[in-house]
Amino acid sequence: MIPALDVAGVDHRIGAKSVLKQVSFAVAPGDFTVLLGLNGAGKSTLFSLITRLFNTQAGSISVFGRDIGRDPRAGLGRMGVVFQQPTLDLDLSLDQNLHYHCALHGMARSLADERITLELGRVGLLEQRADKARNLSGGQRRRVELARALLHNPALLLLDEPTVGLDMASRKFLLAHVRQLCTEQQLAVLWATHLLDEAGAGARIVVLDKGEVKANGSIPDILAQAGRPDLATAFQTIVGLDKREETA
Amino acid sequence: MPLIAYWRCFVGILAREGLRFIHQRERFVSALVRPLVWLVIFASGFRFVLGVSIIAPYDTYIPYQVYIAPGLMAMIQLFNGMQSSLSMVYDREMGNMRTLLISPLPRWFLLLSKLLAGTAVSIAQAYVFLGIAWFWGIRPPPLGWVLVFPALVLSGLMLGALGLVISTLVKQLENFAGVMNFVIFPMFFASSALYPLWRIKEGSLFLYHVCQANPFTHAAEMIRFALYGQFNLISTLVVLGATGLFLILGFIGYDPGRGLLAKRGGGE
Repeated sequence: MIPALDVAGVDHRIGAKSVLKQVSFAVAPGDFTVLLGLNGAGKSTLFSLITRLFNTQAGSISVFGRDIGRDPRAGLGRMGVVFQQPTLDLDLSLDQNLHYHCALHGMARSLADERITLELGRVGLLEQRADKARNLSGGQRRRVELARALLHNPALLLLDEPTVGLDMASRKFLLAHVRQLCTEQQLAVLWATHLLDEAGAGARIVVLDKGEVKANGSIPDILAQAGRPDLATAFQTIVGLDKREETA
Repeated sequence: MPLIAYWRCFVGILAREGLRFIHQRERFVSALVRPLVWLVIFASGFRFVLGVSIIAPYDTYIPYQVYIAPGLMAMIQLFNGMQSSLSMVYDREMGNMRTLLISPLPRWFLLLSKLLAGTAVSIAQAYVFLGIAWFWGIRPPPLGWVLVFPALVLSGLMLGALGLVISTLVKQLENFAGVMNFVIFPMFFASSALYPLWRIKEGSLFLYHVCQANPFTHAAEMIRFALYGQFNLISTLVVLGATGLFLILGFIGYDPGRGLLAKRGGGE
């Protein structure tokens, strides 16, 4: 099966600093993959490369078999993205924000209307469609951003620390909604986070530390590799946090 | 991607810029107040100080406020171009620019659409200014109102493209005030917007050449000639050339491989 996302041997330097070193992993359709790493591990840089904000300096990134460097438009058309920073235009209504996204994907107005109704309904915000984004809570805005990322029916969904700053209920909602999409629509998901509890059962884990993939596999694989009984201690062992604590 | 997708994308970007502008009423008011202050106060004060002889495209002696009106229309576009550039830096810091750049349409097309949308806003401002200026005796021929439109499109695009280039050079929002001082004021004052170039030549030959090399001078002259039903070939060619150059530099700046953004790398 062709992976939805294939990151192969990616190196990236910013100035003299090496921020990604030989990063390789794949996300298959229907996979919920958690990119786990501490702040500064290189997650956002990797997202910038996958979304073509920057070129890949070494190695390759493919989306459904198409190299994003050679054919960026094919890849971008099939991916939906929820960025770490809030990106809604607060002065515009939800409807206007979402129609703008549909226009950027060249969608017809009637199709856009249909998709907006569906996706806003799924995140429970259909009634607020005409409200300004400014009037929504942080959790609601995140839900709109998730709905927006799905409007053009992507097959690959990227989320960069989507739950930062959200309350417990909003976090749970987002996570459950995305997991459901994986199961029901075979959506491939790459969910970057530093919060271990977001890697629930059935998730695949990629541990990124100081720009390197330190572990990659299912949760049982990760536990076996680290020789630890739970993900929290396994993560600490893999990234050397336990040693750092001991020396401290 | 079919052609209709490009059209929908352009309309979407245009609609967003329009909506943003409508929602930012203070921006609209300040965009109008600025040139009106120049026209009503500055031009009245200097009316008898700065004599203007008969120069093309005018065929008679003209009051000073008539002389500076086209330059003020160009000033509206200059401020608008810089404002767009400021909003691009802001959008980039806040992440909004990313929603634009992940569109599957070509990046040059997205940036050009954004520039054209900004230009449309600046043209609307310039026409409203011209409408108000009518009450101060600025009354170009009716045909001038039509002919100035393509001139405003071109000059708006040039100044927007200049803003695009600047937005790639400015790393953070805080650095922007300095750039405004180094771009807007020199461009505006070292031009024919407020005084004819022959007057500057009398004062300093060097400054005269600086003004002639300034693309803003040519934007102002192109607008002035068009507003009075004439065509200034040299100014139009200079504006066209500068637009092309700024567009290329702006597109390179936002190119993920070659651009300055890429050299700075991603943010963690």
